[in-house]
Amino acid sequence: MIGPSSSHTAGAARIGKVVRQIFGEQPTQVDIFLYESFAKTYRGHGTDIALVGGLLGMGPDDSRLSESLKIAHENGMEVLFVPKKEKAEHPNMVRMDVSNGTHALSVTGISIGGGNIQISELNGFKLNLTLGIPTIIIVHQDVPGMIAKVTQTLSNFGINIGTMTVTRESKGEKAIMIIEIDQPDIGNLLEEIKELDDLYSATFFK
Amino acid sequence: MFHSIEELVQLSNQLGSVSEAMIQVEMETSGQDRQVILNHMKNNLAVMKQSVDEGIAGVESVTKLTGGDAKRMDDYLNKGQTLSGPTLLKAVRNAIAVNEVNAKMGLICANPTAGSAGVVAGVLTSITETRALSLEQQLEFLFTAGAFGLVIANNASISGAAGGCQAEIGSSSAMASAALVAISGGSPDASAQAVAITLKNMMGLICDPVAGLVEVPCVKRNALGASQAYISADMALASICSVIPPDEVVAAMYKVGVQMPSSFKETAEGGLADTPTARRLEKEIFST
Repeated sequence: MIGPSSSHTAGAARIGKVVRQIFGEQPTQVDIFLYESFAKTYRGHGTDIALVGGLLGMGPDDSRLSESLKIAHENGMEVLFVPKKEKAEHPNMVRMDVSNGTHALSVTGISIGGGNIQISELNGFKLNLTLGIPTIIIVHQDVPGMIAKVTQTLSNFGINIGTMTVTRESKGEKAIMIIEIDQPDIGNLLEEIKELDDLYSATFFK
Repeated sequence: MFHSIEELVQLSNQLGSVSEAMIQVEMETSGQDRQVILNHMKNNLAVMKQSVDEGIAGVESVTKLTGGDAKRMDDYLNKGQTLSGPTLLKAVRNAIAVNEVNAKMGLICANPTAGSAGVVAGVLTSITETRALSLEQQLEFLFTAGAFGLVIANNASISGAAGGCQAEIGSSSAMASAALVAISGGSPDASAQAVAITLKNMMGLICDPVAGLVEVPCVKRNALGASQAYISADMALASICSVIPPDEVVAAMYKVGVQMPSSFKETAEGGLADTPTARRLEKEIFST
């Protein structure tokens, strides 16, 4: 990895990258709310460049990380950092609100040490995603039959579901499926799921 | 899977070594085959060695707060007249090297974290030279260190922001001491004793980075942590045991971390970070 702190730099880059992957594309507007140790030391630790580097798709060992703020600016990504004074559920916590004009996503991530992360909130839904197990995250419109279509596709690929969480903003609005599966290899499952109607994004983490 | 040091020692006794227990658990949880896991660790090892070499050659951080000490230590070692002896001081030099590279945003391998990356890499590269360790033995060292690090991370913390520096450099030093015992022919239980002895001495260590940067006191703490790893390992190899069992030491370390005020947990609000010199440096660095 590159950067002085695994929890403040590598973990931050991972959170940024996960947000980018769930969002499905590069956002144009990013508001980053930093809590506790993240808020107090983000400049010294390079947490700012790591989060933005992750949003640009860089990993924790990407040599371009130190240039990320400049690259973001050149790519038309507007970034605002807001250090918060409130207590948080964890000393290294960040909430990122990203949007691109047509859709928006809010993700809270915590960096638990050694570069490991947890996602604790997606669009206001509380969850506990460690991404240590193969996980599929699907953001979709809340319409009847969506869960059946997705699970049928998984079944066609012979993929076994370990746990599944389905949650939504409100009736008929945007919904999220988080599916932990047993196999690390899913072939071209995502391509097939992305063919479904009413789907915003489908991401696989292993 | 193992959840405590006691379970890790039991599993290691069954499988022949701590390293083997770690590899088996990694295969089980990741679903990857043995060769993939070994290759991944070989890559980590290569990064560690490269960062040691880079640091000894002489680096300087962006803020200029740190850099050049690994080279100073190397020059001192080459004069051949040291108090602590070359094996220990090479570990100290190599640990400084890695953390100086870390401070200048170079490529390092976090083990368990970036702020504490010098200890395991520094100790491993020094004992490799002294004992002419094979590649297999070097990997055994890293898997052994990783196994104990995993237990500490799962039962306490390895993050300075969550548990203070005892959780960070304390953990890395404990991991390195366990690995030293293992590759010196000590039993899994002796490795566990080394972990306990090291963590006990690091308990209460605060995380107080000057200007919020992972430079001061982090680089020198890695050097001293590497030296402690050696002493604890020698104590364990001499059959000295911790009166408080290793798992209880880890639990105690976690409790101390929870009780520690947040000013001592990587917020740059207390300790060395709150000295007049630290505040002056902070102003100078961030005014530009």
